[in-house]
Amino acid sequence: MIAEETRHRFDALVARYPEKRSAMIPILHAVQAEVGYLSPAAVEWIAQYLDLMPADVMSVASFYDMLHLEPVGKHLIYACQNLTCTLLGAEPLIRHIETRLGIRAGETTPDGKITLKRMECLAACGDGPAMQVDGEYHGRMTLEKLDRILETLQHD
Amino acid sequence: MTETGAFEKVLTRYQTIPGYRGTLPEYEAHGGYQALHTVLGKMAPAEVVDAVKRSGLRGRGGAGFPCGMKWGFIPKDSGKPVYLVVNGDESEPGTFKDRMLIEEEPHQILEGVILSSYAIGCHLAFLYCRGEFVRGAQVLQRTIAEAYDKGYLGRNILGSGFDLDVIQHRGAGAYICGEETGLLESLEGKRGQPRPKPPFPAVSGLYRCPTVVNNVETLSNIPHILLRGPEWFTAIGPPKSTGPRLFSVSGHVARPGNYELPMSVTLRQLIFEHAGGIPGGRALKAVIPGGSSSPVLTPAHLDVTMDFDSLAAVGSMGGSGAVVVMDETTCMVRVGEIVSRFYHHESCGQCTQCREGTAWLHKVLRRIENGQGRKEDLDLLLDMCDNMKGKTICVLSDAAAMPIESYLKHFRDEFERHIRDRACPFAGAAGVRKH
Ligand SMILES: Cc1cc2nc3c(=O)[nH]c(=O)nc-3n(C[C@H](O)[C@H](O)[C@H](O)COP(=O)(O)O)c2cc1C
Ligand code: SF4
Ligand code: FES
Repeated sequence: MIAEETRHRFDALVARYPEKRSAMIPILHAVQAEVGYLSPAAVEWIAQYLDLMPADVMSVASFYDMLHLEPVGKHLIYACQNLTCTLLGAEPLIRHIETRLGIRAGETTPDGKITLKRMECLAACGDGPAMQVDGEYHGRMTLEKLDRILETLQHD
Repeated sequence: MTETGAFEKVLTRYQTIPGYRGTLPEYEAHGGYQALHTVLGKMAPAEVVDAVKRSGLRGRGGAGFPCGMKWGFIPKDSGKPVYLVVNGDESEPGTFKDRMLIEEEPHQILEGVILSSYAIGCHLAFLYCRGEFVRGAQVLQRTIAEAYDKGYLGRNILGSGFDLDVIQHRGAGAYICGEETGLLESLEGKRGQPRPKPPFPAVSGLYRCPTVVNNVETLSNIPHILLRGPEWFTAIGPPKSTGPRLFSVSGHVARPGNYELPMSVTLRQLIFEHAGGIPGGRALKAVIPGGSSSPVLTPAHLDVTMDFDSLAAVGSMGGSGAVVVMDETTCMVRVGEIVSRFYHHESCGQCTQCREGTAWLHKVLRRIENGQGRKEDLDLLLDMCDNMKGKTICVLSDAAAMPIESYLKHFRDEFERHIRDRACPFAGAAGVRKH
């Protein structure tokens, strides 16, 4: 399931840390990127690789917002719902995404293309309302900008 | 009084250089790594610690703890390796200055890391940045690689006999990993649940070894202190809040952004001169001066200077330096609902008071905002806040309670009106502003 080349990368990664387990989060990120989400088989693989129980890996993975134990869309929208962004109009923007995609925050479109997640402060308040789309920041969001972004994602 | 006009930027001086991208050659062309050449092998580690102590540098991560003193807590003879961990988790709502330093001036951080590691006898340092900093992590990775190539990292750095390796490590999205022991757990590949203290990290931190955890901005100051001397640093700002500080100003201001200033700047100057005041001719209502964990201030506090002690004296704190400005259209109950929702979501759940308290705060504030509050709710809120403070493994619980208490203290009539009228008087205003 995990490419040989990725495994070699992990071997080098693990060797850098005084304790093997420290490579857990980097490995979770990398496996998630390769498999799409942390499937039971992926968790099993990581546990075996790190000499841990699958339950240990699950317990860590479930703690962090960016690690997905369920399949997510091809594209991921993180919309900030914290204070500054809300002061600057984040709520109507989030509702606009929900209406346009026909999903609620936390869900994925039926075609598996887009997942919308509400996030806490993204450290971009100076450019609020802020969002991240597939890891890239988009600031000073407006309905027009948002429509352009959604258009691109939907047609990808 | 405040000579902020004459202040010359230190940490963000690079912003005056056209086209600057923060690569190693650019950083060096503008004085970067000079401190490293001046210090390594030429100053004893203890002298470096002493210089940082004399500079008065206080931590920029939230608590304002004296940096040199923290370094001094590292035991000399534990026989164990010493670790330095850079806290780049930056998740305190309102704060966006560490991300800027990471993306735009990463070698300044790394030079600070090398010098600090030398001072405390560390040979393996970790740059931990929050999960959402995908680009930031790439920049740090490139920065580290450049430094290895140049011989600023690795074996026998600049012929001084000092060895240092640095690992960039990205988290995966959890506010509590900003708390230093939560961060250490996360770095060990575990859930980011804070540890009971004592023992403090200086004695038993990463892998149960002596560890220093410092904020990104704190460490960015180190090269400048060592190059220009502690006296130069203490001449900036008030005597007990020395050196420059980055203030992240956001919310209802004309020019949101990071402003590097001495802490002698007043809240009024920061909002009205630097950040351009409040748009649309609206009036100021409230300001959070140090991140969402800090108690709120009102227009009556505009002349407070933004140093750690003056902010504490008016009942708030300098915290992370994040200044969130709210105008008269803002509903403080809604603010309370948002802030309490955040702490409820981020509580790691180990302590009952925090887990239950944050859930209750959010529930009660939401019901007041939705016009379903009860007369006894306000006393209930204050009781709950009281119960949450000073009793938990980490101070997230306090950080959740203190702001809510302050909203009730300064805006009680607004809460009462929500309950009396069974509706939010600001309905349609806060949170639905068109841009
Ligand atoms: C809930 C919580 C969250 C925190 N988040 C951060 C953070 O994101 N970044 C940071 O530098 N410090 C954060 N801190 C403070 C750290 O625990 C620690 O004091 C700091 O990193 C020490 O560095 P400094 O002395 O250089 O400020 C947080 C503290 C708490 C209680
Ligand atoms: S106070 Fe809250 S966040 Fe801190 S350890 Fe306890 S439950 Fe976790
Ligand atoms: S509040 Fe949205 S990025 Fe900070």
